[in-house]
Amino acid sequence: MLDNNTYTITRKEKLANSIYLMDVKAPRVASHCYPGQFVILMVDEKGERIPLTICDYDREEGTVTIVFQALGNSTKMMADLEVGDGFRDFTGPLGQKSEFVDMPDDELKQKKILFVAGGVGTAPVYPQVKWMKEKGLDVDCIIGARSKEFIILEDPMKEHAKNVYITTDDGSYGMKGNVNDAIKYLINDKGKTYDIIVAIGPMIMMKYVCILTKELGIKTIVSMNPIMIDGTGMCGACRLTIGDEIKFACVDGPEFDGHLVNFDEAMNRLSMYRTEEGKDQLREKEGDTHHHKGCQCHDN
Amino acid sequence: MDVLKKVQIKEQEPEVRVNNFEEVCLGYSIEEAIEEGSRCIQCKNPRCVKGCPVSIDIPGFIKKIVDKDIKGAFEVINEYSSLPAVCGRVCPQEVQCEQVCIRGIKGEPVAIGKLERFTADWARENNVMPESKSTPNGRKVAVIGSGPAGLSCARELANWGYNVTIFEALHEPGGVLVYGIPEFRLPKERVVKPEIENVKALGVKIETNVIVGKTVTIDELMDVEGYEAVFIGSGAGLPNFMGIPGENANGVFSANEYLTRNNLMKAFDRTYDTPIITGGRVAVVGGGNVAMDAARTALRLGAEVTIVYRRGESELPARTEEVHHAKEEGIKFMFLTNPKEILVNENGWVKGMKCVRMELGEEDSSGRRRPVEIEGSDFVIDVDSVIMSLGTSPNPLISSTTKGLETNKYKCIIADETTGMTSREGVFAGGDAVTGSATVILAMGAGKAAAKAINQYLKSKDS
Repeated sequence: MLDNNTYTITRKEKLANSIYLMDVKAPRVASHCYPGQFVILMVDEKGERIPLTICDYDREEGTVTIVFQALGNSTKMMADLEVGDGFRDFTGPLGQKSEFVDMPDDELKQKKILFVAGGVGTAPVYPQVKWMKEKGLDVDCIIGARSKEFIILEDPMKEHAKNVYITTDDGSYGMKGNVNDAIKYLINDKGKTYDIIVAIGPMIMMKYVCILTKELGIKTIVSMNPIMIDGTGMCGACRLTIGDEIKFACVDGPEFDGHLVNFDEAMNRLSMYRTEEGKDQLREKEGDTHHHKGCQCHDN
Repeated sequence: MDVLKKVQIKEQEPEVRVNNFEEVCLGYSIEEAIEEGSRCIQCKNPRCVKGCPVSIDIPGFIKKIVDKDIKGAFEVINEYSSLPAVCGRVCPQEVQCEQVCIRGIKGEPVAIGKLERFTADWARENNVMPESKSTPNGRKVAVIGSGPAGLSCARELANWGYNVTIFEALHEPGGVLVYGIPEFRLPKERVVKPEIENVKALGVKIETNVIVGKTVTIDELMDVEGYEAVFIGSGAGLPNFMGIPGENANGVFSANEYLTRNNLMKAFDRTYDTPIITGGRVAVVGGGNVAMDAARTALRLGAEVTIVYRRGESELPARTEEVHHAKEEGIKFMFLTNPKEILVNENGWVKGMKCVRMELGEEDSSGRRRPVEIEGSDFVIDVDSVIMSLGTSPNPLISSTTKGLETNKYKCIIADETTGMTSREGVFAGGDAVTGSATVILAMGAGKAAAKAINQYLKSKDS
């Protein structure tokens, strides 16, 4: 018997088909976490340790908000939990805070920031946008997804970002196109200028955003989501090549300068445990839209 | 009975045990233990006690075994050590107590380790548990890390009446006992868990999922939560890599990752969700106990395994018994060989490893002869996985988030050798977090010594 209580789910919302939001009671984590950081949870003794970037937190209530997509066995088990159920384990905050958190207010207020949120990546973008609003900053935010049903957190984002631009691959909502199309539209058509872009989403999305922003000469921060085991710096499974150095996403990240990240290597490492069954599942879920050049989830 | 030889102990046959994760060594029966115990000369000036990092009264407990008072033997050991079932299994006795045993001069030393193991196992199987000794004094002490250093420190403090909480970062207590040392050397449910329960039975609380430095800080523990002293036993969990080309390819793991998947997350058991790569041809780079553990684990998961070590066989730092078992199980050894590059195929997976032959040159600072490359002796070995088992360093998480806690250039916390006192008042440290990666027993000794110092520190605060 351990001397912890289980980490109870106090709220559950279905944001989209297979995408869920949960508030989890974890007072120690809630009182210490900041945007940019992540938690690791376990559903039960036999489950995997699952890393999830923090979507929101309430220090008074002692809760942390997570958003996840039910794709594999572990996340499907999570999706089956209801309010009142609990996670066996829930720890954090892991990783480094977003660099804005410790930036002096006067320096921060001078920055023109664009947030680019892809799919479930909208969840970790949200606390950063909220942070900006609380500091009195106007920021822009692009939310991109495959189609309308996968656009999440639109209303909460609109409460905190000055402008929210929605884009869908199939044009079913907002602009038609991917996030890069939206970035180009804002810069070329609307004449916007930005000092920093924060892009969080599937690795392939972040890779292509960085290729574009490197050409445009705009500093870009990404949040990496490699495979992890302990999340505390013990195993090196999450190691990435950043510039010419090896960094651990769980200790040095998860946010990094996107122009220094070796995305191809990171995407390759992400495929290490992909089973045939998993690949079929992905193909079924994402249809044709997940076929990008360099996508690592199918056989060459 | 041949008094010059150890009573032979039962082990699983190599051909059988390479297909399971059950314990290799099956232990002594009571008759065998008594027979082995009677080999002990009961020296008046026992050298073995001095060879033991926690000074167990070895002749004392052995005499009790011979007198068939196993409960008494356990009580003797319990005075000195809180994890005898663990130490009896993993201590490098051949360089500690057994190395200086008088019997070992003419023949084999007394099998002290196996007798300790026997005693601890008997106690557990017969529900003999250590009892709480003193009345609670209500003063709180925080212990960081539930590995051997932390458990040992907590136990001593609890016996003196302190209100101890151990904060553990992972979801299971035990540290290396649970994530590092494999099931076939140290069973988790059967052996480690009961040892930890014994510590908890003294009133020690263990809070898992708390990463000190992130979930809570030492400053908060002391200033807000009322802990009057803190012991840091956070270990040395940061894996070392070589920095050679190809090291980030799919199929290259640190031994920590490989073992954590298999030991802590039980990836060998299909009912547990965490995956692990199995089969194929595996190279394990390194020569310590961890390398042996990783190699023998990979073997049991169906791989053909080769240990690649840059020095010679006699320089291997691993425990003799582990090397012996590894060889019996069919693990190949390539000595005087060092990797230079990991070769990667078009899919980003390991396809081979380029190595170079070494020869031993002058002695280095550790006293071992330095391995030196033999120019032009490059060759390639055919492997599809590589496990880097090159040692570990302390995780800088605590030191980087605690004001006033000094560390050295290896990220080890600077602490007094005898008392464990750090540069911060009320904060003590011991084990791998201070020394860099070492052994379970040394960590336990440090935890014990720090507990004594903490007790003195807290008593002196009152006066």
